[in-house]
Amino acid sequence: MVLKSKNLLGLKDLTAGEIEHILSNAKTMKLILGSKNKKTPHLQGKSIITLFYENSTRTRLSFELAAKYMSSSAANVSASGSSVAKGESLIDTAKTINMMGADVIILRHPMSGAPHLLAKNVDASVINAGDGINEHPTQALLDMFTIIEKKESLKDLKVAIIGDIYHSRVARSNIWGMSKMGAKVSVAGPTTLMPPELEKTGVKVFNTVQEALIDADVVMGLRMQNERQKSGLLPGIREYARFFGLDEKRMKLAKKDAIVLHPGPVNRGVELTTSVVDNDKSFIDEQVTNGVAVRMALLYLLTRRDINENTD
Amino acid sequence: MKILIKDGHIVDVRMNLDKKADILIEDGKISEIGENLEFSSGDIVYAEGKYVFPGFVDAHCHLRDPGYEYKEDIESGTRSAAAGGFTSVACMPNTNPVIDNQSIVKYIINKAKQEDMVNVYPIGSISKGLEGKELSEIGELKFAGAVALSDDGRPLENASLMKKAMEYSSMFDITIISHCEELSLAEEGVMNEGYQSTILGLKGIPAPSEEIMVARDIILSEYTKVPVHIAHVSTELSVDLIRHAKKRGVKVTCETCPHYFVLTDEACSDFNTFAKANPPLRTKKDVNGIIEGLKDGTIDIIATDHAPHHIDEKNVEFNVAANGISGFETAIPLAITYLVKPGHLTLKQLVEKMCINPSKLLGLGKGTLEVGSYADITIIDIDEEFLVDVQNFKSKGKNSPFNGFKLKGSIYHTIVNGKILVKEKILL
Repeated sequence: MVLKSKNLLGLKDLTAGEIEHILSNAKTMKLILGSKNKKTPHLQGKSIITLFYENSTRTRLSFELAAKYMSSSAANVSASGSSVAKGESLIDTAKTINMMGADVIILRHPMSGAPHLLAKNVDASVINAGDGINEHPTQALLDMFTIIEKKESLKDLKVAIIGDIYHSRVARSNIWGMSKMGAKVSVAGPTTLMPPELEKTGVKVFNTVQEALIDADVVMGLRMQNERQKSGLLPGIREYARFFGLDEKRMKLAKKDAIVLHPGPVNRGVELTTSVVDNDKSFIDEQVTNGVAVRMALLYLLTRRDINENTD
Repeated sequence: MKILIKDGHIVDVRMNLDKKADILIEDGKISEIGENLEFSSGDIVYAEGKYVFPGFVDAHCHLRDPGYEYKEDIESGTRSAAAGGFTSVACMPNTNPVIDNQSIVKYIINKAKQEDMVNVYPIGSISKGLEGKELSEIGELKFAGAVALSDDGRPLENASLMKKAMEYSSMFDITIISHCEELSLAEEGVMNEGYQSTILGLKGIPAPSEEIMVARDIILSEYTKVPVHIAHVSTELSVDLIRHAKKRGVKVTCETCPHYFVLTDEACSDFNTFAKANPPLRTKKDVNGIIEGLKDGTIDIIATDHAPHHIDEKNVEFNVAANGISGFETAIPLAITYLVKPGHLTLKQLVEKMCINPSKLLGLGKGTLEVGSYADITIIDIDEEFLVDVQNFKSKGKNSPFNGFKLKGSIYHTIVNGKILVKEKILL
């Protein structure tokens, strides 16, 4: 099987089959990650560039290690230390990178749709590492990978995503991806942080955390930003934690074997209490490992596309 | 110099004409209308099978000159207007410098005269520098030739200044055109707020951002008894607010633009920046509300809001892409295809909304083919289909979401003051 597009811009555009294909490849990659010698020749001769217009520790490192474990040459461009700071446009920066022989450009950008614009203007494959409030597809892929590891399948699982849905690209990618994989997604969060007409995507929207948690198989907390208070969307973090924070008592509403995920970094005591974070049902640390595996699988699949057929 | 327009089907509301006849033009004016007119020498325009309209008047466009000539200038803008079938256009003051004083008004009028294409009427700004703080020199703007006042592109946020602008401008009998947008609601929004913004992950501009200010200006107009014209109406509730105000006797008029009765926010799919406009493209319900408003007369005018931009301002991230659509060369065919052909408007209503009413709003004395009037004439084959190709636009602005659309209504001839600008679809 070959991925249809040269790019991964969002899970909105993938089929269930393509998602499954990436996740099953990630399984193999996880074995490699667990071995003593973490090196494969899959990406030898390939050039992978991370182009980050926003700060990031884990996503960027995760992509870089994935690329290096597979023997590719990898390089970073960050917005602050480059001609981007001198006002060069995204397209011009990307064309420069493209002309230096990049095979894959991994873009994180504060504006939704930036990777789509990039993909139209370069030959290299483009991976969206987070665009504005739109999508963060590799995060959702690693979330789904983690869930499948624990629950075998997403089919008919009840997933509750709690928090600032409006500003969350993680939530959007998970909604697209999980729905395609047959999960039943519920979301809960303050009404001011809920995107309009979200229920039209097939998601159940609740205004209390309790309703969303009932019988959930998977509970995902999202990071709450402090600045939401300043823009009048919330009275404050304390009140948020009181009404939407996930603690042990609320977690009892979910199924007994429900697992807890969070894209990190966690604000302990806000989205999740420390006892929920450190509970044995929480797989937040394992998500990080799985992130590398999923990104290795993705880089592998996107760079071997041209070996088979080019259908894009 | 004489021109005979032969065998065209004339549509004129003022004369209540809707039939085949000839028109004779002498010295830039219409001298005779009738069947089988005698003609000895001069140009003949054969209009058989085509409709002959009073020249179309655009009450709202951006010519970008002075200051943004890389987007458009008076030469390219007036050529684009002529190619699109317009004979008179009123240009908005968000130039650089802003049209907030008489010298800029005169610059535009003089440059347009040199180009000698369509008639150009500058609109002065309400506030100095479009800053919304102090009134422009409204009296001098009017006497220099400004035909209306507007801070278009941005709202007059300060309600008190809007009230004062209405009161002050009434002394000079010059209309205020209001760009209605409550910025605190629009915030960082870049498209209509709703399902489409949710699935694209773009921040939304809620419809009330427009509607609240429409309501404010209606209330101020009723209170001051000074007319106000609402620019580019895009939502169903805005239409209803205006409908209600008109019933109350408020002297409010309004316009919409082709993109608001043809497209919805779905056009923004895949982050298509050509569909980014302000106000944003709305929903199907709004499109239906706009069409209803056009049908029942609530919406007086169809304007282009021709907003040409350089490709570099559109080939960027959606958030930072410029707002606006290059509209001169698609507006009339869009109105024919999406309003006249489906039976929403008659050709006479089209003439009201694109010839008479804009002329009336701006006090131009245009919009009719009556004997003695200036020979501004647009001749269209309303059944001929063509494919929109932005590369053929005379405008510098190729920014159109209608590229590739198949439309009805080919502009065959555009005549301004008795001078043929477009002949057999070719811009001369």
